[in-house]
Amino acid sequence: MAENLTKTEAATEVAVPTRWDILVNRLTGLSKTYYLLLGLCSFIAMIGIAAGLHAMYIGYNHAYNVSREIPWGILISTYVFFVVTSTGLCLVSSIGHVFGVKDFMPIAKRAVFLSIVTIVAGFTVIFFEIENPFRMAIYNIISPNFYSNIWWMGTLYGAYLFFMILEFILLQIEKHKLASYAGFMGVVSGIAAHSNLGAVFGMLHGREFWYGPYMPIYFIASAMMSGCATILFFTYMAHKINNEHIDKMVAKALEVTTRVGILTICIIMFFTIWKVLTGFVGAEGKREALMVLLAGKYSFNFWFLEVGIGMLIPLILYILSKGKNMKLIFIGSALMIFGIFFMRYDLVVVGQIVPVYYELGVAEYETLLSYSPSIHEILVVLGGLGIVATTFLLGEKIFNAHRVEEHEHVPVSISFETMGMADTKILKE
Amino acid sequence: MMQKKFDFDKLEIELPDSISKIERRKFLKMGFAITGLLLGGKILSLTSVVDKGYAFQKEKYPYKPHYSMLIYQNRCIDCELCMEACSKTNQVPSYGYRTTILQRKMPQAIDQQIEFIPVLCNQCNRPPCVTGCPTRATYKDKRNGIVMMINKKCIGCKTCMTACPYNARYYNEEKHAVDKCDFCYGSRLSKGLTTTACAEVCPAGVRIFGDLSDPNSEIFRMVHQLERTIWVLRPESGAAPNVFYTRG
Repeated sequence: MAENLTKTEAATEVAVPTRWDILVNRLTGLSKTYYLLLGLCSFIAMIGIAAGLHAMYIGYNHAYNVSREIPWGILISTYVFFVVTSTGLCLVSSIGHVFGVKDFMPIAKRAVFLSIVTIVAGFTVIFFEIENPFRMAIYNIISPNFYSNIWWMGTLYGAYLFFMILEFILLQIEKHKLASYAGFMGVVSGIAAHSNLGAVFGMLHGREFWYGPYMPIYFIASAMMSGCATILFFTYMAHKINNEHIDKMVAKALEVTTRVGILTICIIMFFTIWKVLTGFVGAEGKREALMVLLAGKYSFNFWFLEVGIGMLIPLILYILSKGKNMKLIFIGSALMIFGIFFMRYDLVVVGQIVPVYYELGVAEYETLLSYSPSIHEILVVLGGLGIVATTFLLGEKIFNAHRVEEHEHVPVSISFETMGMADTKILKE
Repeated sequence: MMQKKFDFDKLEIELPDSISKIERRKFLKMGFAITGLLLGGKILSLTSVVDKGYAFQKEKYPYKPHYSMLIYQNRCIDCELCMEACSKTNQVPSYGYRTTILQRKMPQAIDQQIEFIPVLCNQCNRPPCVTGCPTRATYKDKRNGIVMMINKKCIGCKTCMTACPYNARYYNEEKHAVDKCDFCYGSRLSKGLTTTACAEVCPAGVRIFGDLSDPNSEIFRMVHQLERTIWVLRPESGAAPNVFYTRG
């Protein structure tokens, strides 16, 4: 009884903060720059969503520049960009969490969080691309086409999102063993979903530029590259906004990730070289599309943005950084992400630029087609990026910088109960 | 063994002047007739390609009736009555089309220098659009092989449009679904009529519509003979189309 009394007294003296208090505590009293950034990013996200809703209202055919001949535009490529990034982040996080490579542990939790964020951004963008998204929810279930890669891709990405969220929750409540199982399932469904996304393009036998087994393989390799760049970029950003020094453990994690980054850039360069060389032989449609990329309208995108900004410069910067110079790694990663965005864009658009009747030699299709995104499309893309940035900024604060304790090489519990204890101390002070 | 020696200097050189115009025309015509490969247009034209597996495979005819169309390419005069009839019969909006006529200009050709190529959905036996559709909103009808749509199932992902090797699909705002040629099944065949609107209205007899599995049908007789060169568009896509082209 006496004990109980003292406990109650103690409770009345120092109010144990509720979950809400902790949340508020973490999100208040932060720097002006943080709020400014948060405001800006969420504003962009909202503008994007508003643009998407407006496009939906007036009809996509009036708002978007896609056409009968080029039905897939920048929204599809941005969706691809986001889900490739998500899969990549999941793969990078799995090296630590699922496959137990300790060096990767310190970045794994943030990678899991970001993989959820990026896929949600991807789904948001595709929501504004698909004409009847609500029908999808019904007929994807009651009328599935098991031959369709789109069906598999959508369904498996649904499963993937579920497992990644599950993994993240389990990590929060310190169920590490279970989390690694969920993570494993996430990796399996992620790879399956992602190769199916590659196959969506690779199995279109009327489109020479895409057709073949190359796409699924390329997509997986390319996901790893995106994942490395993204986690390096956001880890650096996180330390900047949290005003923290990069400790030894994180530094080691970034060093090994940079190395994986170098490897994957080389793999993608190798893939690109052979894609180009094999493209010179075979169907004329493929050669034409390739020439557009190498020497035509998209050559700036290809040589400058894809090869230069997306691969060569980051490769050089990564090598020069020796995995230690964070500034170089950060710049390299930022450039790479920028370049990769155009890699996806070119992949989607150039694949459709040669009209299906091009080789027939008819007057209607004697020139190549053209597509440039409309203002609505660009705003939706920016909205997707805004969602990623906003959720990243919030996540850093809400989940306490995705901190990882040293003793176990596993994330510290930031379940709300223990979070409460930690924060009580701060409140007392 | 000794090789026969040729005295190349003594051989007569065949300069353009030494061949008569008629002879040249004959030669060209023969060339066209044999190969059927016209001025770089990549239409694979072999004699009666149907039995090489475009319309049907080993099982002979997958459908009964096996609806298909034969197009006499040289007969088309681009009057566009077919397009008009199609739009009217099937309520096709002005921003879309189910069938259209393409023009091929050949300034180097002798005599006729332009020809018109009507195109429509090829109702492929291996349709990439059907494979791609996630919700089976588009399907190959088991009775007649026509590639049809169930509008309410269409999510508008436009995979079928991207997949189609013939640019036969467009998104119909009013139907909230992708729209395409169904050989007038919805508007005519299901109501007991025997031909499509485009075939019926054509004044030049360009479009022959019929059942390829019926040996008594005109299309069967035209397609199944050695003298006539029959081809399909984009055979390399492997879609096994059911719209055939010929001249004559």
